[in-house]
Amino acid sequence: MAEVLVVVEATRAFGVKKVTLELLTLARELGTPAAVVLGGPGAAGELTARLAEYGAAKVYAAESEQIDGHLVAPKATVLAELIRRVQPAAVLLASTQEGKEIAARLAVKLDNGILTDAVAVAADGTATQVAFAGGTLVTARVTRGLPLVTVRPNSVAPVAAPAEPAVEQLAVTLAATDTLARVVDRVAEQKGSRPELTEASVVVSGGRGVGSADNFKLVEEMADALGGAVGASRAAVDSGFYPHQYQVGQTGKTVSPQLYVALGISGAIQHRAGMQTSKTIVAVNKDGEAPIFELADYGVVGDLFKVVPQAVEEIRKRA
Amino acid sequence: MKIVVLVKQVPDSGADRHLRPDDHTVDRGSANNVINEMDEYAIEEALRIAEANGGEVTVLSMGPERAAESIRKALSMGPDKAVHVTDDALAGSCAVATSAVLAAALRTLAPDLVLCGAESTDGRVQVMPHMLAERLGVAALTGARKLTVDGGTLTIERQTEEGYELVTAGTPAVVSVWDTINEPRYPSFKGIMAAKKKPVQVLGLADLDIPAEQVGFAGATSVVLEHSQRPPRSGGAKIADEGDAGARLVEFLATEKFV
Repeated sequence: MAEVLVVVEATRAFGVKKVTLELLTLARELGTPAAVVLGGPGAAGELTARLAEYGAAKVYAAESEQIDGHLVAPKATVLAELIRRVQPAAVLLASTQEGKEIAARLAVKLDNGILTDAVAVAADGTATQVAFAGGTLVTARVTRGLPLVTVRPNSVAPVAAPAEPAVEQLAVTLAATDTLARVVDRVAEQKGSRPELTEASVVVSGGRGVGSADNFKLVEEMADALGGAVGASRAAVDSGFYPHQYQVGQTGKTVSPQLYVALGISGAIQHRAGMQTSKTIVAVNKDGEAPIFELADYGVVGDLFKVVPQAVEEIRKRA
Repeated sequence: MKIVVLVKQVPDSGADRHLRPDDHTVDRGSANNVINEMDEYAIEEALRIAEANGGEVTVLSMGPERAAESIRKALSMGPDKAVHVTDDALAGSCAVATSAVLAAALRTLAPDLVLCGAESTDGRVQVMPHMLAERLGVAALTGARKLTVDGGTLTIERQTEEGYELVTAGTPAVVSVWDTINEPRYPSFKGIMAAKKKPVQVLGLADLDIPAEQVGFAGATSVVLEHSQRPPRSGGAKIADEGDAGARLVEFLATEKFV
């Protein structure tokens, strides 16, 4: 069977991202999964065991300061070279900012079609995508080149399937135009131990109804009680209650967790665009007419400052 | 500094949006068509840079004839002129072909800086800045929440999942911005009147030396096979708090195995 290349995403703190394990799981349906690690010197060493656990039959490693020190252009150049050589059955990337950016450059380099925001990929490379705030499902296929698809986090349940991959080092030969965008500093902003927003199985978000930055502690407590990530509506972010990188919605992140808890969020289209494909939705809002209740599997009309502390205490009691 | 801002006309994201049943393209007839919201932040950033450093701001848009309304709207914020790439053969163009057309138009304009929104509210694909940079052989600084211009050196703060990165490049470059970067100005009455007289150059495929069969449905690198509306979610249980709603909520979460 032909190889299916999975472009690995990892973070310094948590190693291989969950979405990569999901892609490896998906890749098994399409061919033989091969993981591609693109990072600084030594990057693959730390990640290989985890990739093997989820079925990577091969690990390609491109390790270079040049890759780590620049935005995605060097990664795309190395990948394009690999794709030309091994002629994979498909190339899968995460539908994250970086995944889409690498795929964009690959599409131009290889004059190849591109499909983004897929939630499923069939054995023939046909992808199912969601459009317009999750309201429309689209089935599409690449007609020029190989299936080059970015897949949304939480689209597939990751399943372990241990393999013993050979690791192949890739030469990193770059053009001058690959190193134009230089990363001069990376600044970590405090996040604690919560899971990453787009990957989390549980997301607890606060809206305008939370009232202040201080009150967002309540949202965080609920998230921590459920082992989830914290999100915020645009209204909450615009009011300065919570930082922008946690914004869920049309102009923020799209999430699709098992459980989405909306606290003090009215449910404007702007917000629904980012969360309405969540499996189970729970809402607490004092306005019984709020549109969020049209989506909620379980809605509480009430004061979140009473309901949430009681719920947090109850969850802790059961833990 | 010569700055080009990319502007896309999209159906209003606050309204119901659909794909057309016949060719699966975005139905532009059913919704109010507006400037892609994120592009307004790019226009604002371009105007601020030109105001601080001197320079000229050009709006570049590819789209059907009716996109002219959005181009005028963009000009009313303050840019100097616009280029509208329009051609019947462009209908149904995929992202790869669109990037070839926009890159060809950009070559004729030879800007120092190309500014655009980080994504459009209709496709949300986020691929255009890197596709253009790849074609033009220039740097792409994407996802900026802050942009600093120091002579010919550009530096952005780029939001990441773990914090942010400082990324720098020399001009020429493509920079995409998020809506955290500034607060776009409203067009003034004077701006609206002035916009009516600003030059808008209309370019077709022939002007850009691009064969029609390389774009549109004919030249598309991917095809939509079918589309459907997801069944709308229906609300489930809704309770009013009588002092025990927190506990009842957890009861629900327990039956769903979340606690």
